[in-house]
Amino acid sequence: MSYISLGDQDKKEMLERIGASSLEELYCCLPDEVRLKRRLALPEAMPEADLLRRFEDLAARNTYPGYLSFLGAGVYRHFVPAVVDYLSARGEFITPYTPYQPEVSQGTLQIIFEYQTLICQLTGMDIANASLYDGAMAAAEAVLMANRLNARPKILVARSAHPEYRATIRTYIRNLGVRIEEVGFGPDGRLDPAELARRIDKDTSAVLVQSPNAFGVVEDLKAVGELAHGHQALFIAAVAEAASLGLLEAPGAFGADVACGEGQSFGLAPSFGGPYLGFMACKKEHLRQLPGRITGQTKDVDGRRGFVLTLSTREQHIRREKATSNICTNQAWCALRATMYLETLGAEGLREMALQNVHKARYAAGVLGRIAGVKRRFGGPVFNEFVLELPKDVAAVNARLKEKGVIGGLDLRPFYPELGPCALFCVTEVHTREEIDRLAALLEEALR
Amino acid sequence: MTREPLIFDISEAGKRAYRLPSLDVPGTEDALAGVPVRAGIPGFPRVSEVEVVRHFTRLSQQNYCVDIGFYPLGSCTMKYNPKINEKVAALAGFTASHPLAPADTVQGDLEVLRLLEEYLCEIAGLDACTLQPAAGAQGELTGMMLVRACLEERGDPRKYVLVPDSAHGTNPSSAHLCGYTVKEIKSNEGGTIDLEDLARQMTGDVAALMVTNPNTLGVFEYDIVRIAEIVHAMGGFLYMDGANMNALAGKCRPGDMGVDVLHINLHKTFSTPHGGGGPGSGPVAVKRVLEPYLPVPRVAGTAGARTLDYDRPRSIGRVKSFYGNFGVILKALAYIWSLGPDGLKEMAEIAVLNANYIRKSLDKLYHLKYTTPTLHECVFSDKIQKEHGISNLDIAKRLIDYGVHPPTMSFPLIVHGALMIEPTETESKRDLDQFIEAMTRIAREAETDPELLHAAPHATVVRRLDETGAARNPVLKWEGKAPQ
Repeated sequence: MSYISLGDQDKKEMLERIGASSLEELYCCLPDEVRLKRRLALPEAMPEADLLRRFEDLAARNTYPGYLSFLGAGVYRHFVPAVVDYLSARGEFITPYTPYQPEVSQGTLQIIFEYQTLICQLTGMDIANASLYDGAMAAAEAVLMANRLNARPKILVARSAHPEYRATIRTYIRNLGVRIEEVGFGPDGRLDPAELARRIDKDTSAVLVQSPNAFGVVEDLKAVGELAHGHQALFIAAVAEAASLGLLEAPGAFGADVACGEGQSFGLAPSFGGPYLGFMACKKEHLRQLPGRITGQTKDVDGRRGFVLTLSTREQHIRREKATSNICTNQAWCALRATMYLETLGAEGLREMALQNVHKARYAAGVLGRIAGVKRRFGGPVFNEFVLELPKDVAAVNARLKEKGVIGGLDLRPFYPELGPCALFCVTEVHTREEIDRLAALLEEALR
Repeated sequence: MTREPLIFDISEAGKRAYRLPSLDVPGTEDALAGVPVRAGIPGFPRVSEVEVVRHFTRLSQQNYCVDIGFYPLGSCTMKYNPKINEKVAALAGFTASHPLAPADTVQGDLEVLRLLEEYLCEIAGLDACTLQPAAGAQGELTGMMLVRACLEERGDPRKYVLVPDSAHGTNPSSAHLCGYTVKEIKSNEGGTIDLEDLARQMTGDVAALMVTNPNTLGVFEYDIVRIAEIVHAMGGFLYMDGANMNALAGKCRPGDMGVDVLHINLHKTFSTPHGGGGPGSGPVAVKRVLEPYLPVPRVAGTAGARTLDYDRPRSIGRVKSFYGNFGVILKALAYIWSLGPDGLKEMAEIAVLNANYIRKSLDKLYHLKYTTPTLHECVFSDKIQKEHGISNLDIAKRLIDYGVHPPTMSFPLIVHGALMIEPTETESKRDLDQFIEAMTRIAREAETDPELLHAAPHATVVRRLDETGAARNPVLKWEGKAPQ
């Protein structure tokens, strides 16, 4: 199938009008030395039925969905109401391009405007952009934004922030003369305020802290914000588990200059790592340095309310190398799903969902923590993830659990070798009490 | 059609569209001890399920899209998005996969990544590929970081990157983000790279030339082999922006032209939908010499025993979480399997046929600044219509009245008042003829009834919007219900 809509007669007539004798003639501008003189070495064309079978075979080789899993670490399983799948699958949402022509794109533009509003409400910030690639890239863009605002050479990043976020920031700044320093964590699993106080100075552009952090622990954003602002550094609050915003105090309430993070929890499937949704919001005085697309409200010639992409003088297609970012395409359809998800859950649904995460995680931490030899690694309060220190090697324990159909907590050793045998467990509203109890029984057995 | 209210304006206490199962664990009092809990979220919506469904269904009706009709947005461009691809990407075995799952439980996913990498290498004539970049612009950044990492290892990252004046804005922007100063290369009379200017500017402190081929005029850089020689002779790298690979697949390969590093926009060549502005996907393919620097992790191992290799000390690191926009990657793989080698070549040829048909049909009515033969797109300007006070904006807006999405406007920058038209291979002759007919009528209307064009579009849910006002007094979120 090549999805061509021309018949034989069509092609003949079209070539005639062009004045060419063959399709090949249209490639006269291709020098002979670069022409490919063989067929591409690819599998032969597959009819739809064969194609589907091939993909079903591949999907079946993913045994993961058959397990009871307690993995989180930046990617969360939450219940997605049916209306989200139903509505987001409409061709009018999947198959438009970026809304460059506002008169025929009011659907997409209004949804982005609602999305920006929801992100501002959730983060407690003044303005938000139309989305970035994912949480890690949003964190990197936040760091670049801070550097544009104050041109200081040093970025302080909490070591308790997601390892892939830290890695992405490191890649983004590697050629820009900015250096990154990590600030360690204390026994409560939170950023160590004493170390932050020691390291922060007049060269510090920004302090980035993630809450809930990579251990599931809710950080003391107030303390971090005060230290950052005490040195005129920008305070960047990252959020890897956006569901927490339904319950926890917003970053804006602690004076964050930039709030950024991952919106996957808002109606997006884990889908082996993407597509997800980077969100970014800031104080209004930083508007001109905010990267990415932004939608604004305006009026048409008849005075009717309408929406347009705006403030494009920040962007690459106008400013080229002087743009705030090189981003062009973002994750609009993912932002649309998030908008549908949030508007469906509504104020009560979102809060109750977040609250159930807290209760279930606390319950799980309780029953697992009572197993002989198992202890909570950190004392700080958690949202829906927690770290347990096991008396045995985590990989070996997880292998035993897997034999019983359970994917246990994420082994933290590759990410935090300093921690010893620790695993990060995630429990959300989709886990039942029976499943949590099953994990506890199997873990106890595996440790025996 | 009336304007759909903002969801916030129809929100009211007591309404809801979702209910959770009851909590089956004890809701302990101390669960929230030590956690700063918010009082509520002012303004957050409260609506019913039927209101949600109607809200979004009505909004969907205010969108133009490829499923409705012709979308000749040159350079960006949307071809038809096959529906089987959506079905494939929605298979539960894929969507439920956690990216940190043990490798032996996600062998299907890892095989998908491996297969698409292999196929893109074959199509591009290059040796290795990463699927991690989330969109073309991130692919550019990644590609330029690979170049820089390699040059750094040789002892000198160099200072400059050359970019033709016809390039996409992301090229200079990505090079800048990579720590380079951008120098512009002039286009010659034919719209291609001026070899003399290139030879003069391609010095020992230039890291790379970023070339789009075919370029944004739709013109193939006939001297591409010579260009590569000039760049390589000075120890630089040839970067190719593969936005227009849809004109070349199966006909020629960037690697065979001397290209060292290439990014590909999956939506444009491999039919993945654009979703109203993403998600995209911007894989980067490279020659062997740049492979050590590709982002981590790399898919390794053999079929059935695939692993992820993080032990890559010379890698630039990662540019985002995990392994790329996997859902998009699935759709591109489905497309390549659907078409096969002959279908991909036919795709390119028919895209070129359709573009040339439009060009030939309109070249007496609209000004063509560059008359060089073109491949998959053609760039007219409003020069003739300007005599009647009609701009490319007027023409674009009037096209909407004829039921067609306007072409790309005012790009490339080297064509003043540009109308950049790219039909893609999926359009029927009937659709092309309707477009040609609309453009023909508009050319006539420009002479006879310019006011009609200035006032266009006429039949849309809103008419021309005040974009200047939007930027001058930004209203970027809902600011509360208007007083009754």
